[in-house]
This record gives sequence, C-alpha cells and structure tokens, in this order.
Amino acid sequence: MDITVSNLTKTYGNQKAVDGISFQVKTGEILGFLGPNGAGKTTTMKMLTCYMAPTEGQVKVGTHDVVESPEKIKPHIGYLPENNPLYLDMPVMEYLAFVAEVQGVQKGKIEERRHAIISQCGLNKEKHKKIGELSKGYRQRVGLAQALIHDPEILILDEPTTGLDPNQIVEIRNLIREIGREKTVILSTHILPEVKATCDRILIINNGKIVADGTAESLGKKAEGSYTFRVEIQADPSAKVAEGLRALPLIDTVEVLPDAIGNYQVMGSADLPLREAIFHACVQHGWILTQMQTIEESLEDIFRELTLN
Amino acid sequence: MKNIWILARREFQTFFDSMVAYILLVAFLIFTGLFTWVTGGMDVFYIQQANLVGLFQWASIIFVVFIPALTMRMVAEEKKTGTLEVLLTRAVSDWEIISGKYLACLMLVGVALLFTLPYYFTVAYLGPVDHGATICGYLGMMLVASAYIGIGLFASSLTSNQFVAFVVAILINLLFLFLFGILSDTFSGVAAEVLNYMGFNTRFSSIARGVIDSRDIIYFLSLTALGLVLAESQLARRNVID
Repeated sequence: MDITVSNLTKTYGNQKAVDGISFQVKTGEILGFLGPNGAGKTTTMKMLTCYMAPTEGQVKVGTHDVVESPEKIKPHIGYLPENNPLYLDMPVMEYLAFVAEVQGVQKGKIEERRHAIISQCGLNKEKHKKIGELSKGYRQRVGLAQALIHDPEILILDEPTTGLDPNQIVEIRNLIREIGREKTVILSTHILPEVKATCDRILIINNGKIVADGTAESLGKKAEGSYTFRVEIQADPSAKVAEGLRALPLIDTVEVLPDAIGNYQVMGSADLPLREAIFHACVQHGWILTQMQTIEESLEDIFRELTLN
Repeated sequence: MKNIWILARREFQTFFDSMVAYILLVAFLIFTGLFTWVTGGMDVFYIQQANLVGLFQWASIIFVVFIPALTMRMVAEEKKTGTLEVLLTRAVSDWEIISGKYLACLMLVGVALLFTLPYYFTVAYLGPVDHGATICGYLGMMLVASAYIGIGLFASSLTSNQFVAFVVAILINLLFLFLFGILSDTFSGVAAEVLNYMGFNTRFSSIARGVIDSRDIIYFLSLTALGLVLAESQLARRNVID
C-alpha cells in the first residue's frame, strides 16, 4: 500500500504544526522522518494513522482517504507512538492477543502470530510478566510487537529505538529493514546514523515544512558544484603550502586543519580537474602528497544547515 | 458488535488484573450487607418484611460513589498514559471504544449485584418473598447503574486526572439524586415539574419496591445515551483541537 500525502496542514490555534507538506511513500520503501523537536513529525504521523483529522490537505493510504474511510485503513496500520504507551496492568501475552483480535487477525491464527512475533521481538523470557514489570527496553519490544502482530501493510514508528541498548538497536534495525522489504515503513528519529542505517529515503522537516527529500547519498552531495577534499602534504616547514594551494585555479577555500600537521581541507568547484591541479602543484613545488580524500557532507551537517535557519 | 465485545472483555479483565474490581466488590458488599441486615432504617429486621427494599434503596445511593470509582479511570487514565491514542488508531471506532467501556462497567456492576444474591436466598428463607418484585428490583438497579455509568464515562472523558473525573461524576450524580428534587420544591408550576422529572428521587422508591414504569426505563436509558454521546464527542474533539 502506498501512502500519498498532499498539501497536508494541521493548525493548533493559530500555530501551523504541519504546513502544506506533500510526499509519497511506496511499498517496499523505508522512509526516515528527520527533524528537530517540534518540527511536526509526530503530528504528521498522527494524521497518517487516522488518529486525528488534518486541517487541510489529504492523506491517502492505498486508495482510501484517512478522513472518509478510516475503518478501511486502520486494520492495515501498525503504529508505535512516541513514548510507547502500554497497558501496564496487562500481561504481555494477553495484550498481544487483544491487539491481534482488535486488528482483525482471524481467531485460529492469533496463537500462531503471537508465537512468531514473540520470538521475533525477543520476548520469550518475559512473555508471562505484566507489562508494568518489564524494563524500558523490553517495553519497547512489546511496543514493536503490538505494531507488528497483525502483519500490517504499513508500519509507522515514532522513534522506535529509544531506550534500547546498542545490541538491541542493531537487532531492531535489522528487523525493520527485513520488514521494510515488503511493507511501507515510515519511521521518525533524532538519531542520524539510524536513518542512514535503516532508511531508503530521508525526509527532513522543519517548522512544519519539508526542507529536504532524498537518499542519504543524494543529500550528502546536495551542495551542487562544490567539492571538498582533505589533503595531506609533507613539505618543508618553511614552504607556504596553503598559499600555494590557494593560488590554484578552481579552488575556493583552503583551510589548515589544526588536528594534524600538513593537513588541509580544500574546497573547489570541480572534482577531477581540481585533484589533478593539486597533484601537479605538489610535483611542481616538490611537496610529497601522502593522502587525498573526498569528503561528503555528513548528514549531521546537512541537518544542522537545514534546520538551524 | 464484535469489537465492542473484545474491548469490553479487555476492560473487564483489567478491573481484575489491577485489583480495582476486588477492592470495589468488597466495599460494595460490606455496605450493602450492612444496610440490608444491620442498620440504615430499612434493614430486614427493622421493617420486619421479607424483601430487599433496603438493599435496593441503599445500593442506588452507594452507586453514587461506587460507579464513579469504577468509571473514573476508563478514559482519564488512558488519556494520561497515552494508551488512548493507540486505541483510537486501532481498527475500532470511537463509538465502539466508549460502548466497550460502558459494557465492561455494566458487567462489573452485574457481578457486584450477583454477589448480593445470597441476601435474596436468605430473605426467601426467612419469609414469603415477592419474587417478581425482587427481579424487577435487580433490573431496576442495572438501569440506575447504567445511567450512572453514562455520567461517569462522560466525567472521565473530560479530564486526564482520575480524581477530577471521580469528583465531577459524584457531583453530577448528586445533582440528579438530590438537587433537582430539592429545587423542584422551591419552584412551582412547569419549572417544578421539569425539575421533578429530571431527578432520580421520585423514581427510586418505586423501583426499590420492584415497580418499573416504562417512563423510568426511557428516562434512565436516555440519560445513559446522553452520557455516552457526550463522552464520544469528547473523544472526537481531538480532530478539531488538541
């Protein structure tokens, strides 16, 4: 099932939490939702899951509209909200059976699904406990299990890895990747390496608007026509390497890196010709070029650039 | 219908998982037992009649506190912990959620009344009992409870604080139980009649004697419906503002 969002807007009072965003997610795609706190990620997710109606615009899941026919959409959605609210008085097994039943899993299949999901989410040891007795990490697994139990076509996860230890994070990411092959997944997170590790596509939103949309790679090369290299040059201390480099055509800036002697960060407007020019300059001056590396702008940098205004 | 039943079963189970049910049942039985047998001006030995009028009279007053204690967490707690959000995104409608909660509360009241059946058998052993009137009395109690549950669910849907929900429900219950009756005495004409109609007090005494008028049935069921509609509209408010 594809999700199509067009011109979606949500207004709280006179504040626009989500401001006319449009995007599409296709089956088999994992979309990462990035943005600072209060950017509108959670509000968008609440509208996608039929929790609340948009002020303006439209959300279509498959061919159905979230406002007109939520009853057709809800059975196909698995949702893990922010803060992972659970019924703490209920035992894990009972809770999962309840969710399965409500979400329309056939009576005869509930037991089988529950068994599968419990082992998939690593809940075997804790399955007879009350949810309130579990640690945060295990509660998070229960949250994932309840989102997955009815084998939904669409999975919407609001910060799925909070509270997990590094091993669990890797497990859960792998699980999401695996599920994401056949389903439509949207996940939001603050953790940038996480998006890189799990998502096929990234959507950065800020102040309710989409400010970037693309793969981690395409966003990394976003600064069109600008290339950055890290260069290490061995030269006589008296040699003026930085000035020599600055004198080259195509080069915009040369920065002397303080962390290691003879390291420079060079930015210019060409890729191969620039690298050739650096090499020739070194030969000409008798410097020894020991290293040259292309630097992609990191996701962190892009994120900060786009959301700090 | 199937969804309502699934939701009601979970709520009912949670009453027992969280001990709420045990505490309330014990409290209910202590008070009804006390008023049926020992004291309260209408107990069996005082009035020297083999009937459960004392139980029914007092149960409908005990309900004023007992039922808000049951309903207070139904919506308020779920709002506070955020589970309401998950519930509303499940494959159920707002109506089914409210109805499920209503049904679960009614079932627990049913259980509480079931536990008073030994009173009935004891009274039947002591003297001739009007079985029809007693059965009607029990049905009447369910009817009264139903209205209180409607009110309680509405109060619970107003807030995310259980205690506030508890107090608001008791206040509304008292309004219907006493205040309308008292006010009707101070007015005259149509106003007095309307207020008198709105109050519970004139209806209780006949119900306790096992006489159920169809007007009483309509009255209590409309009050239930009103409570549930208002509770549902509180849930739907999330679409307008948050």
